[in-house]
Amino acid sequence: MRLSDDALSRLRESIRDPDLSGTRYRLVGPVGAGGMGAVFEAVDEPLGRRVALKVVDVPLDGEEAAAALLAEARVLAGLEHPGLVPVHDAGRLADGRAYYAMKLVRGRRLDEALAGSSLPERLRVFLRVCEPVAFAHASGVVHRDLKPPNVMLGSFGEVLVLDWGLARPVAGAADASGTPGFMAPEQAAGRPVDARADVYGLGALLDAILRVPPAPARSKALDAIVGRARATEPGARYAGVPALAADVERLLDGGRVEAYEENVLERVARVVKRHGVAVGLVATYLVVRGLFILLRR
Amino acid sequence: MNKILVGLLVGAGLGALDGLTAWFTPEVRTQIATIVMGSTFKGLLAGLLIGVFARKVASVPATLVFGTAVGLVLAFAVASLQGAHYFEIMLPGSIVGLLTGYATQRYGRGLRAEAA
Repeated sequence: MRLSDDALSRLRESIRDPDLSGTRYRLVGPVGAGGMGAVFEAVDEPLGRRVALKVVDVPLDGEEAAAALLAEARVLAGLEHPGLVPVHDAGRLADGRAYYAMKLVRGRRLDEALAGSSLPERLRVFLRVCEPVAFAHASGVVHRDLKPPNVMLGSFGEVLVLDWGLARPVAGAADASGTPGFMAPEQAAGRPVDARADVYGLGALLDAILRVPPAPARSKALDAIVGRARATEPGARYAGVPALAADVERLLDGGRVEAYEENVLERVARVVKRHGVAVGLVATYLVVRGLFILLRR
Repeated sequence: MNKILVGLLVGAGLGALDGLTAWFTPEVRTQIATIVMGSTFKGLLAGLLIGVFARKVASVPATLVFGTAVGLVLAFAVASLQGAHYFEIMLPGSIVGLLTGYATQRYGRGLRAEAA
């Protein structure tokens, strides 16, 4: 018997859709797919609230995938921060698939949300991405997969770092999984990583959001920040996310960036730009005073 | 640095600078020390008043207006003592007041930031 494409597609969907019988959830529909599973919108019936369910992709999938999903749920549950999606519940479905329930976030992925935004707006959003990552590091967890699709901007301006499926304890991870282009060289080589792997990932993320069209003009100082964050050697990078964020804040504030050695002219131009009004008023005062002195002569 | 301290420092600095410009007027050059001291005191007074105002009123435009007014009034007082050069004294004096007002709001920390 041959099945039509439509029938095959419906069959695939019915297999993929989780069997929520015996749980407190009622399926609404698919939301998206992650690295190790699919995300569905569901209703938490007793509480009457919408939640997101992340479920391992295929029924009766290997124990390894289930363990990985539950490990991700445990990592997220241990990190309570406004920039992280709270986990409500975790377990197994009737079809054997592992799942966890989390807050349903509505919004857009970082690069889509930042299209058309100004450079300061992009940098301010980037700083907000740094916050939960720095918090995770302080809690002993490295994300290891920071990239635009894993950051979401919510409808109310909230910035959320998602997909902690590759997260590991600091200095405890030693596998080469990650996203090429966003993964630190030591991670790609399968060596143990620490917080500086996420500094690399954030550098790549910053580079990516600066390239979102229409790409804003980038100063040498900004390029230097990206360059230091993405240095091949971990020792040449920022020591941690707070140091990276502090340099971006200095750039936003018109201050001297640690990653960039400016020459005298650049320094003068930066100071004049930063203190333009004060410099203008002092210059006006000096001109007025000078004119009166000249007129008196 | 709080706004009052910024006002005092900027006021004193600009006041001293304002006084030093008297050196370019040969007839008063012998009294330069007194002029600089008087001008610095005037700057300190203006800085204190503007700093206190900036601390109470967290509005840049209002502080700029207040600073200019304080600079004008104090410069008018100085010009009145001399009985001459009103425009020559009051115009730079008002710019100094404006600059002090701007500096207190731009570089001084507000009450909320100090409390944090």
